[in-house]
Amino acid sequence: MKKEVESGEKNPIESFLRMDRIPHIWCPGCGIGIVVTSFVDALRKSDIDLDKVCVVSGIGCTGRVAGYLKLDSFHTTHGRAIPFATGLKLANPELKVVVFSGDGDLIAIGGNHFIHAARRNMDLVIICVNNFNYAMTGGQLGPTTPLEANLSTAPYGNFEYPFNLPYLAEACGATYVARWTALHLRRLSKSIQEALSHKGFSFIEVITPCVTLYARRNRLGSGLNLLKYYHDNSEIQHGADTKTLDISFQGKLIVGKFVEKEKPTFLDAMNQRLSRVLGDKYQLYGRINDDRD
Amino acid sequence: MKKITADPKGVLTGVHYLDGDFAIAEGALAAGCRFFAGYPITPSTEVAERFAERIPLIGGVFIQMEDELGSIAAVIGASWAGVKAMTVTSGPGFSLMMENIGLAAMMEVPCVIANVQRGGPSTGLPTLPGQGDMMQVRWGSHGDYEIIALSPNSPQECFDLTIEAFNLSEMYRVPVFIMTDECVGHMHERVVIPPPEEIELIERKWYEGPKDKYLPYKPDKDMIPFMVKAGDGYRFHTTGLTHDERGYPVINAECQNILVPRLVEKIKKNADKIIKFEEEETDTAEVIVISYGITSRVAIKAVQEAREKGMKVGTLRLITVWPFPEKRVKELAEKVKAFIVPEINYGQIVLEVERCAGGKASVIGVPHCGGGVHDPDIIFNAIKEALK
Repeated sequence: MKKEVESGEKNPIESFLRMDRIPHIWCPGCGIGIVVTSFVDALRKSDIDLDKVCVVSGIGCTGRVAGYLKLDSFHTTHGRAIPFATGLKLANPELKVVVFSGDGDLIAIGGNHFIHAARRNMDLVIICVNNFNYAMTGGQLGPTTPLEANLSTAPYGNFEYPFNLPYLAEACGATYVARWTALHLRRLSKSIQEALSHKGFSFIEVITPCVTLYARRNRLGSGLNLLKYYHDNSEIQHGADTKTLDISFQGKLIVGKFVEKEKPTFLDAMNQRLSRVLGDKYQLYGRINDDRD
Repeated sequence: MKKITADPKGVLTGVHYLDGDFAIAEGALAAGCRFFAGYPITPSTEVAERFAERIPLIGGVFIQMEDELGSIAAVIGASWAGVKAMTVTSGPGFSLMMENIGLAAMMEVPCVIANVQRGGPSTGLPTLPGQGDMMQVRWGSHGDYEIIALSPNSPQECFDLTIEAFNLSEMYRVPVFIMTDECVGHMHERVVIPPPEEIELIERKWYEGPKDKYLPYKPDKDMIPFMVKAGDGYRFHTTGLTHDERGYPVINAECQNILVPRLVEKIKKNADKIIKFEEEETDTAEVIVISYGITSRVAIKAVQEAREKGMKVGTLRLITVWPFPEKRVKELAEKVKAFIVPEINYGQIVLEVERCAGGKASVIGVPHCGGGVHDPDIIFNAIKEALK
């Protein structure tokens, strides 16, 4: 990286990052950086005004994403990224608010907010980095840990049923749902672009390698071995029934775009209802400069 | 610090007959609050109901969140978008908010939280009054920080102090609390709402320098950093982690020892400007009754009776409970024999009075565990005992 800067060749991603905070804290072989790269790639390819993009993260390894992106970025409390993002979005509907966090943060401690934001079709993009464990704290059992996987708080192997996240998201009302792995760089980037232009609750799950903890504890090898696993076991099935997307230990990974539908967002529904009931007394809220209409 | 007058849209000028909860909502709307996130909980729900009804006509957003953790998080988010925001709750919900109250203190986010107190602990007495959260509001989130807490004793004061709460919150970039109780919250009284031009509002200090030079946590001379709005192109970062002037996490003792003292001192050093209290006959008093909220109104009866019997009793009513009016209580401790501290808890603010009295005056707590207000006779007897 240093050499490139010296020779005057700047990596195009640099202008999206807080380079004064690099090197980042993630382990070698971690997949979070890949997801960040895909996200930046999506931002570059979409004609979105970057001044209006906010990134909100919770706590954990993925919670650190907000700190590296050179956007308005918020590193909040554990589990509360979605309601924080809800406040930002509702107070200024011009903002494009992206929640970037991990499976434990969004689905365990923050699960209640996740299901209700989906129910409301809150206009947010949720990028959930799923590494199958709590990595920041040293590799504990998480809400998406596959059965039988070994973790420090499941030392005899996991016996709790994990969530199937796309199914959960769809059932709760998400209007855009996709799943990719850290291997699907371009498809992920395209999905993020779609989510950025989708109006409503968009959910993208990204299966990523946690080499230091999940892989080591389960003797799955290096980051490369995990990417090889993704390569050999992923199957793209756009529009697959989300009920069928369970992930078993080192089993098949069904990826793709599963849901994309139109439905009024929270603010649309609020405006529709209030203007219908209150008539001229009600002024539409937050409809200025909304170029997606 | 920019001073402006209220937006007429939010001000229901006139004479009203309102309960304390409704008066809090009206005070907030008059103060320019345009975002409310809350979760129903007795006896605070009426504040949310009033917002839900009124805010669509004014131009703002009401959202009923899935829980109090979400409510306070949404309020902090909305405040970063540059909008004045509040939430309201009671004991159990207040406990749930604690972690994010720490986040608001750490990120220095202006926001207002009203707690219509009921009897605790746990589910306690949902429909009956309490003042048992007075220490929790000060110390409830982990770590060292300061907040401001105001305690209205009438619906009129609920209105007035909610405006004050927003002003203080904007001025000091700190969460400000309206610590009322079920009695005041549900008490109907005359509330006069002045015309908008008579309501003076303060806005947070907005940064106006070059975009690439903005440092979100570089303190100004008054120790308070300038703020910007999300979406205005500053591309700033903020975190609940210990951070430097750039808002970047720095995990070491040096940075902690710069940040935390500032969070504390920005309030402590301005305590004289923040603190409001009312006192009566303290010059000649031998005993002073210190009280706040609904208890201050009950105490009047006991004080009047004592005065009729020739006892020299003064009163000190705390309008600002936190920061505690330490200086004044210390001064009074030099002159009086005793302080009587009735409160609807098992003894909370009395500890602060004891600390300030420093053994120079005796301090007699008059606890009441909640579910009602004091019998004035009990306060009267405490006064009588103290004068013996």
